[in-house]
Amino acid sequence: MTSARDEILARIRASLADVPADDETDVPWAYGQPRRTDDLLDLFEERVRDYGATVQRVTGHLGATVVEALLAHGVTSVVLPAGLDPAVVDAIAQAGIVIRGDTPALSRATLDETDAVVTTCAVAGAVTGTIVLDHGPGQGRRALSLVPDVHVCLVAADQVVSDVPEMVARMVPATRAGRPITWISGGSATSDIELSRVEGVHGPRTLHVLLV
Amino acid sequence: MSKRPVRPSNAHDADRLTPAPPPGRFLDSPTFPKQSKVELGNAVQRRNLYDAMRTIRTKRVGVTSEADDWEDLRLAGEAIKNRTLRHLDRYLLQLEESLTAAGSTVHWARDAEEANAIIVGLVNAALATPQGDQASAREVVKVKSMATQEIDMNEALEEAGIAAWETDLAELIVQLGHDRPSHILVPAIHRNRSEVRQIFLDEMGRYGRPAPDDLDSEPVNLAAAARLHLREKFLRAKVAISGANFAVAETGTLVVVESEGNGRMCLTLADTLISVVGIEKVIPSVADLEVFLQLLPRSSTAERMNPYTSFWTGPTDGDGPQATHVVLIDNGRTKVLADPVGRDALRCIRCSACINICPVYEKVGGHAYGSVYPGPIGAVLTPQLRGVASAVDASVPYASTLCGACVDVCPVRIPLPDLLVHMRHKVVEAKAHGRPHADDVAMRVTGKVLGSPGVWAATTKAISGTGAVLKKGRVDHFGPLPWPLSLWTNARDVPAPPNESFRAWYARTHHKDGSPR
Amino acid sequence: MASTPAQRGAGPATTADVGARITVALFATCANDVMFPQAPMATTRLLERLGCRVVFPTKQTCCGQPLVNTGYYDQSVPIVRNFAETFGGYDYIVAPSGSCVGAIRHQHAMLADYAKDPGLRRDVDAVTSRTFDISEFLVDVLEVTDVGAYFPHVVTFHPTCHSLRVTHVGDKPNRLLAAVGGITVRELTDADRCCGFGGTFALKNPDISVAMASDKARHVADTGAEYLVAGDNLCLLNISGVLNRQKAGIKPIHLVEVLASTAADHE
Repeated sequence: MTSARDEILARIRASLADVPADDETDVPWAYGQPRRTDDLLDLFEERVRDYGATVQRVTGHLGATVVEALLAHGVTSVVLPAGLDPAVVDAIAQAGIVIRGDTPALSRATLDETDAVVTTCAVAGAVTGTIVLDHGPGQGRRALSLVPDVHVCLVAADQVVSDVPEMVARMVPATRAGRPITWISGGSATSDIELSRVEGVHGPRTLHVLLV
Repeated sequence: MSKRPVRPSNAHDADRLTPAPPPGRFLDSPTFPKQSKVELGNAVQRRNLYDAMRTIRTKRVGVTSEADDWEDLRLAGEAIKNRTLRHLDRYLLQLEESLTAAGSTVHWARDAEEANAIIVGLVNAALATPQGDQASAREVVKVKSMATQEIDMNEALEEAGIAAWETDLAELIVQLGHDRPSHILVPAIHRNRSEVRQIFLDEMGRYGRPAPDDLDSEPVNLAAAARLHLREKFLRAKVAISGANFAVAETGTLVVVESEGNGRMCLTLADTLISVVGIEKVIPSVADLEVFLQLLPRSSTAERMNPYTSFWTGPTDGDGPQATHVVLIDNGRTKVLADPVGRDALRCIRCSACINICPVYEKVGGHAYGSVYPGPIGAVLTPQLRGVASAVDASVPYASTLCGACVDVCPVRIPLPDLLVHMRHKVVEAKAHGRPHADDVAMRVTGKVLGSPGVWAATTKAISGTGAVLKKGRVDHFGPLPWPLSLWTNARDVPAPPNESFRAWYARTHHKDGSPR
Repeated sequence: MASTPAQRGAGPATTADVGARITVALFATCANDVMFPQAPMATTRLLERLGCRVVFPTKQTCCGQPLVNTGYYDQSVPIVRNFAETFGGYDYIVAPSGSCVGAIRHQHAMLADYAKDPGLRRDVDAVTSRTFDISEFLVDVLEVTDVGAYFPHVVTFHPTCHSLRVTHVGDKPNRLLAAVGGITVRELTDADRCCGFGGTFALKNPDISVAMASDKARHVADTGAEYLVAGDNLCLLNISGVLNRQKAGIKPIHLVEVLASTAADHE
């Protein structure tokens, strides 16, 4: 008996009998190009804000700003992935916020009882106001930036690129290396009821971006 | 009058794990004209659709005109999809190799039945794996997926004693409402907020955490009720089932584009992840995603970017599901591919822009199309996937005025009106083998008249003659007339024909060489 | 801004030679021939006023669209062949219908290929590239937007679907209308939404068709216009069918009839 695989491939080959073997469709597109924008950081801030998320430029001490952000959202416990700036970790510890590490991995239930997460990111894009995580150091496994209700994300100014093509180009090596990638544009949202936008469903309802 | 009562009969639910959907198969649906009459009578749905479709259309124009290279992006999207489809065997083999290298297990399914058997087997095996000393619940959590709807997977799992929980808010509303989706992006768009509130109050408690007693109909509170209801299901999930928006041949990466985070919950928290992917979802390289991650959100939810997009490339140590399966399904797609004209429809990335702009869809909603795929794309895709043998599949290609609004918004430039006409021709060809129908006779007579200049000239005289008689009787307009003229005149007047045709006027006023007399 | 006849009335005299020595083969279209002869009559008068010679090849019938769009390819091939034969010898073929011109340009080649007839395909390609909607012929070939028309009425314009999205006439009709003396053009809400006609759609799905036409009629009535102008008479038939039933008192008129009107018609 022919396997499903072989039969499907045979059907495809029969269906494409009209297509010459050396036929190649040209893709009229220059990949990975930056998009012309005015000020990248201003645009990034504006676009993140468009999603109803908070975005703030850090001018003073980073640790103190992170603590202010967490306290502003009423956070009493936070999960901190390995690889985060020790100065940030110290500042949070000194503020009396309960810190949970993820080594060994927190249970789903504990993660669900944790108010917030602080992460860095891999790249960010101005036009769409997007942050991208490749879950490297300082970003943690995927569940960390998903289950707690508040996500404070540290974005370095030099991580901000113009738009999707540059973001994808920067994520090609990590993707080829088999790493999971998460693109985040604002907090979780739905428009499923009468197309009325609600910010905050299953993912973090609060996204607070600190531009360093 | 609504045909879908908010509180349906739950008579069959006692021996079921999940809410029963409406009875009957899609293939046995009434024809489009018949069902659309029913849908037109649903005033709530009509108002919801009119407002919602108008809102999303306006937003789409905003975000697509913002991208100054939008037309170039559409050309690129079209070309990447054509490049892949024209050598689909090659790219699928590459995808299989990459998926396997990344640690995923690849399964192939010729049709829905085979796909469901594979999925049931995988879920049973995953749930049989001991999880500590606690017996796993016989359930899976689902990411919104058109492919799983197309194969009616939930019912196959139900029959196997496995509850499949929809976690997208709209799909949850549809599932709890014993209903069917009416749109591929916002499946509960036919429901208004007070209907949703009633469904949640009536049904949530039967299947998990009940809705709060004081639940009002504010969307933000309805969404919060869904968050709480589903969270316990996410936190205990052993198996998740997803589709994929894109499957990258180069790396074996699957991509899910979503908004609510329910997708991330499923993709991340479960131990086993099963992804059901149509064979046309493959794209060559990671870099190609830059085109589609611009085209899709702007065309679908009309946002610059959707809240969450997840890439995964097999399992990752210490992060997310440790077993990842991919079920590649044909289910009619190779039949579509075999038609050099019709295969353009396989470029579809399920954005819903054509549905949102379709003036016919806006009036009747998705239930009239007898398929999980409504609107223009449904009207060309479903009859190709399933053939035109059923009454409903032979009727949907005619569910369009051919106004062409869809072709301008399609991000991968599918020539939808041309494909609708093409499918109409397929219907006529199929009918040629059956008994002649009144329409058929009328069209064949019309063909004879217009195909022969002499017969047509005589016909113009006959029509003007009728016009002259009517003019004598001082009839210049008709109101309601008997069938079949009533099809026009039930709500529209029609003028009487004039007593002189143009050709008669021209002959009277001009010489043969074109100079005026 | 509407202009006065004094400003615009000189039009016919100054534009009389724009079409000099051009012979136009008029494709009246089947529906216009028997149901709406005013439109091809106005086309004839207007083009003659602009200095063209207008001939009417009597072997013409139809563009084939009613059959093609219902899926009857075999029955439409003879119609396509007749069109190519009838109009093959002319440099300019002009029709007062964006929809019929669209069908000719967009579907005739496909049908010639369907008939597996390379000779027909060659003939079709030659004739379709010379076929114009009246608004295109005026603006692109005669290069005129002010055709010396005078129409002292409040109107609104419905751009028909096929003229916009198949024939791609763009804003040519709007520019022609704007140059008409005495006219006031009111903007139509959701102008580019379909009126619900769709050929046999209006009969196969009459309730949806009427629901769509009713939206269009409501928007038309909201403009307060005296006339609804469009470049396709069957779309006008559909919308005015509803307007007339509602006794809205808004008259349908083909674009070319407005363009053919002169101050003399209103004295």
